[in-house]
Amino acid sequence: MTAKNGNRNGTTMNQDQLLSVAESLVAQAASNEQIEVACSYGRVRSLRVYEGELENMTTADNAAIGVRVLADGREGFASAGSLDPDVVNQMLSEARENAKFAEADPHVGIAEPDGVEPVAINLWREEVATTPVEEKVQIALDLERGVRSADPRITGVRVVSYGDNEGSFALASTAGIRASTQATSASVSVQVLAEDGDKTQTGFGWDGARRPGDLNIERVIERAVSRTVDLLGATKPATAKVSLVLDPHLTSTVMGLIAGTLTGDRVIKGRSPFVDRVGEEVATPLLTLVDDATDPESLGADSHDGEGLATRRVPLITDGVLQGFVHDSYTGRRSGHGSTGSAVRGTRGLPSPGVHALAIAPGASGNLDDLIAGVDLGVLVFNLAGIHSGVNAISGDFSVGVEGRMIRNGQLAEPISECTISSTLQRMLLDTTAVGSDLTHLPSGTSAPSTVIGDVMLSGAS
Amino acid sequence: MSDDLTPELAADVLTIALETGGELAEIFFEDVEQASVNLDDGRIESLASSRDRGVGIRVIDGERTGFAHTADLSAEGLRSTARAAAASIAAGKAGSQSGPLATVVDFQPTHVEPGEVQIHPATVGKADKVAALRTAEETARSRSEAITQVAARYAETRRRIRVINSEGLWADDDQTRTLFSVNSVASGDVGLQTGNETVGLSMGYELLDRYDVADLATKAADRALTKLEARPAPAGTFEVVIGPGSGGVLFHEACGHGLEADLVRKKASAFAGRVGEQVASPLVTLVDDGAMDIEWGHLAIDDEGHRGQRNVLIEDGVLVDYMWDTIRARQQGRTPSGNGRRQSYRHLPMVRMTNTFLEAGVSTPEEIIASVDHGVYVARLGGGQVNTATGDFVFGMVEAYMIENGQITAPLREGQLIGNGPKVLTQIEAVGNDFEMGPPGTCGKDGQGVPVGDGVPTLKVTELTIGGTAA
Repeated sequence: MTAKNGNRNGTTMNQDQLLSVAESLVAQAASNEQIEVACSYGRVRSLRVYEGELENMTTADNAAIGVRVLADGREGFASAGSLDPDVVNQMLSEARENAKFAEADPHVGIAEPDGVEPVAINLWREEVATTPVEEKVQIALDLERGVRSADPRITGVRVVSYGDNEGSFALASTAGIRASTQATSASVSVQVLAEDGDKTQTGFGWDGARRPGDLNIERVIERAVSRTVDLLGATKPATAKVSLVLDPHLTSTVMGLIAGTLTGDRVIKGRSPFVDRVGEEVATPLLTLVDDATDPESLGADSHDGEGLATRRVPLITDGVLQGFVHDSYTGRRSGHGSTGSAVRGTRGLPSPGVHALAIAPGASGNLDDLIAGVDLGVLVFNLAGIHSGVNAISGDFSVGVEGRMIRNGQLAEPISECTISSTLQRMLLDTTAVGSDLTHLPSGTSAPSTVIGDVMLSGAS
Repeated sequence: MSDDLTPELAADVLTIALETGGELAEIFFEDVEQASVNLDDGRIESLASSRDRGVGIRVIDGERTGFAHTADLSAEGLRSTARAAAASIAAGKAGSQSGPLATVVDFQPTHVEPGEVQIHPATVGKADKVAALRTAEETARSRSEAITQVAARYAETRRRIRVINSEGLWADDDQTRTLFSVNSVASGDVGLQTGNETVGLSMGYELLDRYDVADLATKAADRALTKLEARPAPAGTFEVVIGPGSGGVLFHEACGHGLEADLVRKKASAFAGRVGEQVASPLVTLVDDGAMDIEWGHLAIDDEGHRGQRNVLIEDGVLVDYMWDTIRARQQGRTPSGNGRRQSYRHLPMVRMTNTFLEAGVSTPEEIIASVDHGVYVARLGGGQVNTATGDFVFGMVEAYMIENGQITAPLREGQLIGNGPKVLTQIEAVGNDFEMGPPGTCGKDGQGVPVGDGVPTLKVTELTIGGTAA
């Protein structure tokens, strides 16, 4: 154990050690049992600064294990926040006990190797470990100072945080799967307060990267500040039909909601508005959506999915036509399509199908300014609020709070708040009238251009 | 509980934690066992268990905090974690320690009465829990052919904590929570509509004696069926009557957060600097009460070892006080209010709500509804989002009706309720005598979730915006 930076504790575990913990449990499988074991180990640091001083700092190591047992088509799961041998063995017995009470389903099971070769992606950057902690504190201090000095109307910064992580993950199963990865990440975030007279506004900015040196602090400052002060004095707009102009971040949010309905579990349970619509034109031909965890440019990239299968490029919508859904091994078996290598999971939870690295293909309509110039009556969206309660992924109904700037005759106009926009996810795909050429890789792992969605109801004053 | 954590070891660990000049050091031990059973798509899909045990060590020096946590409960693991916490506080600090180091005071155990648990959930067979979910499914489906999907969930948590600090505090608590939830989907001409009923209390398996599973399933199914007849929610500004119970989430989100002393300090609150001012209609008394037995947000002690208690925040419309954790209370030279909470031993505590509610008034719900010519009755409010600095909020209406000529009439499809918390407080025109707590909630703040309760009586707001789809 090294005491670099003087604040590390515990004994670290690498991929090989994790894999051997997983294998030791898998080796205990009875003849009628399938066992899958996921283990992870992470070293985390997070810190906050406030008014030029370090406010708090956390350093810790996290271990976790998740054990899935299948016996006679019944599934049981148990997890723990420790890799101590007694805890690990207790989880195996718990998972076995749980499996006895589940009900059988012939499609339930762990992933079977499917011959797809994983792509080699290096997700590890040594700099996360070697950068002195003082430099990490300085990143947060620079961010706070940058935000405060960017505009006289910025009156405070509620939270400025920096965090990083070095993590290893391993998975072994009775199907012969052995997978392991290691990855680093670093992120910053800031919550900004602005005042002008008796008007108050808040805004948020963040960035993520594989190492601290790749964080773009200037961009975080610019976006957080402009999106906050530009909302000062926002008023409730008149109710009207409008076009929404979405920058790459907001496009990613909206298209992410849609991609969330294209998952195998929703489809087999009839809980997606797009069930039975493969091959149909569900969107404007301007839209192409792919889930591609093999793209090393994406922060969502990974060589393996949550069940240890190789990730692959999964087309979702091509030129407006629905191509299919993302599947894990269960929904893949049940639907007959096979897994698309799209299982997502934390070590402590069961896998389920999901999108790793959504990519919305760029169009030919230029940048955000070009898109604004082409709109007669619209809203440049800054924030969407209430997405959890306002989007029904079963029916597709969409009604969320919005803040932003009105657009009139191609020009930005007054800021607005205390209003909602409503449409349906289905209509928004068909009503996308322009796709920008400004493709941006976002810290969420999604890559997206700016877009325009027409014919949306803006509800404000009667 | 960790019997290895003797007073001698605790004192040693705290002394190490104070070595870089902290004023206060704290050991937070936690052992959480959870189990859940899920029924979906006609099948008991999976049972899951989890175990989480570890220690978080915190050092406070003025406004600065160093923190480290570990799942390694050995004496060496704790000492090493204390050193990491002490190093964290020293990082980036100018100059070396001057003056004497703080010392550890002899521990004085706090007498704590944990919440009463009649039937420990872990002693109930898994087959019984499976059977309860089955009953829920069959009952919901039996309501109508139109009920096409049912999902139900049972979950239990036992959380044992011990808080020890260098000022002599030593307190244990044992918290049990049990939850049962039913979701149903009805199919009709207007597509798929959903209905939910969830109950959760700080108690054991006796939750299912208190509530009849079939009754919960019936409510969930009927809510979905009602919405099949619903018309689109209108768009625009209306008089709104909020029914008892679930409307409490609005006051939790849009007012409660602004009364948390950490947000007040950073001026991220519309209520900063307003103690003693009339901030609400005189009909409004807003309370946060961690000592409310059996409610979802109940705690005998908070996660800093201080007793849960009743705190009046707004009384007859006047702002009385904020909520406090240890750090903010120390800085203000006052006692904490039992609101220092954290998601787990891996997280730092901060000011959090417990059970937050608006006290009952004198009007009957009937007379409140009768006073509205043209408005909206929100029977159940769903999740929402709020900007704590401005108080602007958006909440989903999961069950709502038109009010026409003083009568509740047509059901409405889902829509959003938009407004501003501080403004709503001044626009409350009537408060009912029918107080209820709402369904169990999880409050998120800075990435940490903790269980909270909230409640309201029927109340009338003079103007709120409904974001519906009907033009």
